[in-house]
Amino acid sequence: MVKTHVNMTVNGEAVEFLCETKATLLDVLRDELDLTGSKEGCSSGDCGACSVILDDRLVCACLVLGAEADGGNVETIEGMADADQLHPLQQKFLEEAALQCGICTPGFLVAAKALLERNSNPTETEVRYWLAGNLCRCTGYDKIVRAVMDTAEEMKGVSK
Amino acid sequence: MTTNGNGLRWVGKRPVRPDGVDKVTGRAQFGADFTLPGMIVGKVLRSPHAHANIRSIKTEKAQALPGVKAVITAADFPELPSEIEQAGEVVLNFRDMSRNVMARQKALYDGHAVAAVAATSIEIAERALDLIEVDYEVLPHVIDVVEAMEADAPLLHDDLYTMGVEPTPDKPSNVAKRVEFSIGDLNAGFEMAEVVVEREFTTKPVHQGYIEPHAAVASASEDGLCHIWCTTQGQFMVRYYVSRLLGLEVSKLRVTPSEIGGGFGGKTVVYLEPVALALSMKCHRPVKMVMSREEVFRASGPTSGAHVWVKMGATKDGRITAGEAVLKYQAGAVPGAPIGPGCMCAFAPYDLDNVKVVGFDVVTNRPKVAAYRAPGAPISEFGVESVVDELAKKLGMDAIAFREKNAAREGTHAAYGPTFGEIGYTETLRVAKEHPHYQAPLGPNQGRGVASGFWFNIGGASTAALNVNEDGTTTLISGCPDIGGSRASLSMMAAEVLGIDVEQVRPTIADTGSIGYSFLTGGSRVTFATGMAVIEAANDVVRQLRERAAKIWEIDVEAVVWENGEAKPSGSNAGDFEPLSLSSIAATAGKTGGPITGHVSLNAQGAGPAFGTHICDVEVDRETGRVTVLRYTAIQDAGKAIHPSYVEGQIQGGAVQGIGWALNEEYIYDEDGRLENPGFLDYRIPVASDVPMIDAVIVEVPNPKHPYGVRGVGEVPICPPMSAVANAVANATGLRMADLPISPPKLLAAITNGG
Ligand code: FES
Ligand code: FES
Repeated sequence: MVKTHVNMTVNGEAVEFLCETKATLLDVLRDELDLTGSKEGCSSGDCGACSVILDDRLVCACLVLGAEADGGNVETIEGMADADQLHPLQQKFLEEAALQCGICTPGFLVAAKALLERNSNPTETEVRYWLAGNLCRCTGYDKIVRAVMDTAEEMKGVSK
Repeated sequence: MTTNGNGLRWVGKRPVRPDGVDKVTGRAQFGADFTLPGMIVGKVLRSPHAHANIRSIKTEKAQALPGVKAVITAADFPELPSEIEQAGEVVLNFRDMSRNVMARQKALYDGHAVAAVAATSIEIAERALDLIEVDYEVLPHVIDVVEAMEADAPLLHDDLYTMGVEPTPDKPSNVAKRVEFSIGDLNAGFEMAEVVVEREFTTKPVHQGYIEPHAAVASASEDGLCHIWCTTQGQFMVRYYVSRLLGLEVSKLRVTPSEIGGGFGGKTVVYLEPVALALSMKCHRPVKMVMSREEVFRASGPTSGAHVWVKMGATKDGRITAGEAVLKYQAGAVPGAPIGPGCMCAFAPYDLDNVKVVGFDVVTNRPKVAAYRAPGAPISEFGVESVVDELAKKLGMDAIAFREKNAAREGTHAAYGPTFGEIGYTETLRVAKEHPHYQAPLGPNQGRGVASGFWFNIGGASTAALNVNEDGTTTLISGCPDIGGSRASLSMMAAEVLGIDVEQVRPTIADTGSIGYSFLTGGSRVTFATGMAVIEAANDVVRQLRERAAKIWEIDVEAVVWENGEAKPSGSNAGDFEPLSLSSIAATAGKTGGPITGHVSLNAQGAGPAFGTHICDVEVDRETGRVTVLRYTAIQDAGKAIHPSYVEGQIQGGAVQGIGWALNEEYIYDEDGRLENPGFLDYRIPVASDVPMIDAVIVEVPNPKHPYGVRGVGEVPICPPMSAVANAVANATGLRMADLPISPPKLLAAITNGG
C-alpha cells in the first residue's frame, strides 16, 4: 500500500512519519505517535472523545485523514498542561469531580479549551451547545458544565 | 485538624481523586490503549441474519491469506453441557454463554459472532473475514417479546422448556422461565379497593452506552500460561468465565483490568476476551481486539425491552389495597433477562398487604441482554410508578402525599421477602415535598412529574490489602475496577481509620494474580463491600501499630491507643511517652517485627436498600411532539456519602441515562431483524444541550450494617426517571404515554389523536 510522507507539529514538537492513505488523524496519534490520550468512542464523529485542535480548529480526529493534516499544527490532551502546571480547566475538572470514568474527559477538556479561547464568558446555554458534540454517559453533564463555567469565571479574574 | 463535626476527618469531604491527574492529562490507560510487543489484531465475523442455521463454515481461504495467523470458529471452543450455576448474585449457564460468544450451529441475532481471525494488520484481518465462507439457512425470526411468547412463534432453541411451571411443558418454547412473588390475598385486596387503575406498558431495549468500546489483549504462551488485559467491571469474573469457556485451570489465567471507560453493568460479561485468547492459543502471539461502536450496539448486551401490565387498587382515603403485575422481559438470544429483580423491585417502595407479580424470561432474536444499572428494576418500576401517579390523580391526592401514605418504612414486610430495617424512603419524599422545585410555578404546556425508585444494593466477596510503606505512607490494594471514583472513597475510609492524610494512601486496583478474590464492580457494592474490607484491613493495621508501639515502650498493648495517626499511651497510668507517629513506627518496623500489612477478605452482608424520589418538569411542543426537560431534582438516600461529589455524580448520571431511556433511546430493527441504528447518530443518547442541571440532593439515613452507614448509590437513580418524565408529560398534556420512548413522532400522534 502506498504511504504518504507527512510532517506536522504535535503539541509543539515536529513529527514526521509515513501515513497509510486510509489512516485517520486519530489512528496516527494513537498508533503511530503513541498519544493515546485522544480516545476512540465511535470513529464516526458522533462522540467527541477524539477531539483535538488542528490549526486552531476543534475537530474530531477520527474524521480527519492523517495525510490531510500534513503541515498542520495539532494540539492534543497531552499538550494541555504546561510543564507541571495543569491547565485551569484540568484543575477545575479535578476539584469539581467533573469526571467519573474519565474516558470522555480528554475530549471535553480539549473542546472546552477551544470554547474558552473563543468566548471567555460563555452562558450555560452556550457551554451546553458547544459541548453537544461530546458525549458523556457517566456525569449527566452537570458537573462538566459547571466546571467549564467556573473556569471561565476564574480565568477572567486572573486576566483582569 | 478539622473534622466534620461528627468526629470524621475525611468521610463526607471532597478531596481530589487519586487517579484524577492521569485522567485529565490523557495518561490513564483504558482498554484500547494497551499494547504488547509482537501484538497482532483480531477481528470477528458477525452474522448478517437475525436467525439462521449455520450449515458450514469454510475458513481455508482466510487461513491461506499471508499475514493471517489464526482463524477460529465455535469448533475451537469446548462444547459445554447446559447446566445452571448460581455464582453469587448471578445465574450462569456456560453453554449459553459459550454460544453467545461464538455461534454454534445457529446464528441467533444480527451481529452474532460466527468466526474470528487474527492477522498482522487490521486490513489483512478484514480481508480474511471476507474470505470466510459461511453457508446460512435463513430462518424466520422473532424480535418482539409478546410475539415470541405465542405458540406458533419461530423457536430459537428446540430444547428450551419453560422452568417454573408445573408440570413442565412437553413442548419447547421461547419462554425460558416463569417466576412469581406474592403475598396476601389479591382478590380480597381488589375487593377493598374503591379506585382501580390497570394499564399496559412497553419499554424498548436500551444500551448502557459506555463511551469506551469493549477491548482486550490476550496472550497465551507455549506452556499454557495465559494473560488477558481488558476493560471490565471484574477481572475475577473474566478469569472465571474465560477459564470455563476455554477449559483452562483458573491458575493458568491472569487477568489485568485496565481503566474502564464506563460499564453500567454492560462490562459484567465477556465477549472479546475468550475469543482473543482462543486466537492467541492458536498462534502464540498477543492478540488485540477492539469493538467498533457498531459492534458494541449489535453484539453487546442492551437491557431488556419489555411488556408490562400493572393493576393497582386503593381506597378513597388513599390506601393502596392491592398491586398486581405481569412482566415479560426479553432476554435476547439465550435465557437470562433480569426478570427476578424486575419482579422483586416492582412494588418494593410500598407497604402493601396484597401483591402478586408474575414474570417471564423470554428469548428473542436480539443480542443477549446484559446488566444495566439496577437490572430489571427500572422497567417494572416505570409501570408501577405511572399507575401510582394515575391513582393519586383519580383520588385527587397530591402525588407525594399519596406515596407518603403508602410508603415502605422500617418494619414493612416487602412482597419479595424481607422485612425492611432502617430505610430512607419517607425521608426522600419529605425532602421532595419541601424542595423549592416542588412549589415552583409552571407555564403553559409544562408539567411536573414525580416518581420514586428502589434497588436492593448488594454486598458480596471483596478483598483489600493495606501495606504500610517504610516512610509511613500506605498502599491500598483492592480487586474491584474503579468506574466512578471508588479509589477516592476507599482511600478516604482507610485514611479515616488510620487518622492520616488521604494523600498518604495510594490506591491501586490489582490483577487477579496480586490480590484475593473480589466479586465484580456492580450492584452498587464497591464502596459498601470493598469499603468494609478496607476498613477492616485498616483496623488490622492499627492493631499492629499499637502492638509495635507497645513493644517499643515495653508496655501492654491494651495501654496504647491510636489517635489522629499516632500511638499514644492510653492514660497517665500507662506511662509517659511521646506519641509515635505512623512514619516513625514504619521506619523501625524491621526491628519491631517486620513489615506492617493488613489483609482482609470478606463476604459483606447487610447492604442497605436504597430509595430515591425524582421531580421532573417538562415542556411539550405541541407542534412537534418534542419534550424538553426544564428542571430536574433527584433526591436519594445514600446512607452516608463518603465522597459527596461522586455520589452526586452517580445520581446525576443515572438520571440523565433515564431521561434518554424515557425520551429517545431505542433499538430499531428492520423487517429482516437487522439493527438499523447501531451508532450514536441514530441511537441518540442525551447530549449536554438536551438536559438541564440535575439537582442531586443527598439524604443520609445510615445503613446500620456499615461502619460509616454506606448504602450503594449507583443503581437507584436510573429507576425513577422514566415515570417521572411520563408523569410530567401526563400533567402537561393530559396524555398518559405508556410506550417508551416518548419520542416526538409518538407524542405528536397522541396529541393529534386525543390531545
Ligand atoms: S471517535 Fe471521533 S467522534 Fe467519536
Ligand atoms: S465520565 Fe464516563 S463518559 Fe464521561
